[in-house]
Amino acid sequence: MAYLELRGLKKNFSDVVALEQLDLAVGAGEFLTLLGPSGCGKTTALRIVAGFEHPDAGTVVLEDRDITHLSASRRNMGMVFQAYSLFPNMTAEENVMFGLRLRKVPQDEQKRRVGRLFDLIGLARARTRYPHQLSGGQQQRVALARALAIEPRVLLLDEPLSALDARVRVQLREEIRRIQTNLGITALYVTHDQEEALSISDRIAVMSAGRIEQLGTASEIYGSPATPFVAEFVGTMNRLTGEVVDGGESIVDCRGLQLRVTAVQGLPRRQRVLVLVRPESVEVTALGDGEAPAGTLVGQVTSHSFLGAITRIKIAAESGADLAADVQSARAGAFPIGVRVACRFAAESPSVLKLDDA
Amino acid sequence: MRGSRLGSWLAMLLGVLYFFIPLLATFEFSLRYFRGVYSVEAYRIVLADPQFGATVTYSIVLALATIVMGIALVVPTAYWIQLRLPGLRPVVEFITLLPLVIPAIVLVFGYLRIYNSSSILPLTGTERTTDVLLMASYVTLALPYVYRSVDTALRAIDVRTLTQAAQSLGAGWSTILFRVILPNVRVGVLSGAFLTFAIVIGEFTMASLLDRPAFGPYLQLIGANRAYEPSALAIISFALTWACMGLIQVFGRGAAGQAAGAR
Repeated sequence: MAYLELRGLKKNFSDVVALEQLDLAVGAGEFLTLLGPSGCGKTTALRIVAGFEHPDAGTVVLEDRDITHLSASRRNMGMVFQAYSLFPNMTAEENVMFGLRLRKVPQDEQKRRVGRLFDLIGLARARTRYPHQLSGGQQQRVALARALAIEPRVLLLDEPLSALDARVRVQLREEIRRIQTNLGITALYVTHDQEEALSISDRIAVMSAGRIEQLGTASEIYGSPATPFVAEFVGTMNRLTGEVVDGGESIVDCRGLQLRVTAVQGLPRRQRVLVLVRPESVEVTALGDGEAPAGTLVGQVTSHSFLGAITRIKIAAESGADLAADVQSARAGAFPIGVRVACRFAAESPSVLKLDDA
Repeated sequence: MRGSRLGSWLAMLLGVLYFFIPLLATFEFSLRYFRGVYSVEAYRIVLADPQFGATVTYSIVLALATIVMGIALVVPTAYWIQLRLPGLRPVVEFITLLPLVIPAIVLVFGYLRIYNSSSILPLTGTERTTDVLLMASYVTLALPYVYRSVDTALRAIDVRTLTQAAQSLGAGWSTILFRVILPNVRVGVLSGAFLTFAIVIGEFTMASLLDRPAFGPYLQLIGANRAYEPSALAIISFALTWACMGLIQVFGRGAAGQAAGAR
């Protein structure tokens, strides 16, 4: 049964639709991420859960209790903000104690909890420092400890890593996940960074234009995008438009080229489809002036992007489509810019979207 | 490069002379009570005058009441405008500037018409209620300075995020205002407070027309009837005002370290 439920949430800001229709159920102890581009409504949804915004329609239900109209200060939800939010007039320790003092938690218990949290975030030595004496990453760690100190019913995180540099971001997101798992707390996380979402979430809700486009685990979202938007937004995706030639034999015609795609099996003939293939599923072979094997896309290498262990090469296919393919960086030299290559992928690799549904 | 540096020094020297020569002249004149010798007789006479102590005390008490009232009015207003009603900022700024545009004498005649002893709210009916009216008029006079000081301090912190962070931890509005916002705008509040103090200590028009025994009318009375004592009083007023400015610096420096983290 769902621990936190958002039922039919709608929210407009003047003429702008922030949430068109949002239904979401979060399980107890789950780490769920709202992922989407700026303006998709993810932060509005989080702020409604926190009690900072009120929905125009719909309800927020926590443990079977409607909390839609409960004030933010009475919801007992810890929140970590995108902007640095520590109280500048208090030390790190005083910041973490703030919520405990308001709740009149006994002194001994306050000390015990604060000590444990500072150990958990690895900042035991920085307890007496003021926020301006801490780095951005340290401030967000303290903000996390402050949110956790009150033992919140839900931990809300609104792009808490976006102001940090890349290295600290990766380190801190792992810490957030570790702490959340250790404490078994329910967490709702908002980000526009797909890598962040994919790496730490139990489930991800990909949002666009105030709606959830797809809800699923990281591998479901990455491997089987439900809509063209998800396919475009999460990771790099090659998109080939085609028409089913033979649903039984899984044959698709993409601009005159017949490709075998298992996912079209059973689809009616002439059904227009979008074939989606990840760059890592595309196999590239140098052709030179030779003939291309049947069922391969032929094109010319136009650029290289070094990504560490792999290099992403862009190929302008002769059929008119552009393709991206990942090759081992050690092998990238075999495909210099301008060389003619043949690209193929296993029939099982692509996912397919019926274009009428899109 | 050297030319521009020389120019800066010259400009600074001219500024210093512009401010200090009249002050030094006043100070020097205040010491000439006895012909041919310098003495502090004028200061002795002023400080020995029971009216001096009474009027200074009255003005100080009124200044403190004005500060409390002004801060109680301005801090929540400026905070709420920053947090919830940013669209109203130009309107409030305009209103707070009005006391600079409307002369004090016009304001006080307005008060006398509205609050005279035969009106619905006869604040001028007793001395105590007239004191309250005078304090309210001082709050109005100090409004442009207090509002700007507090508003500038509020703009230096992320009011919205701090408020929401406190709310999410369970804080109510009074806790947020007194334990989160006020300590972080302390420098602005102090600046506003001391500017208010400086204004109230020397104010003449309102106190005189409302017939209250404040330091401003006392200064005018001495100035109209004595020769050397007014200069001594002017120096004492300067000392009082500068002491206030010094206090702003002292308290401001203490709070600056903490405020730095607000950004």
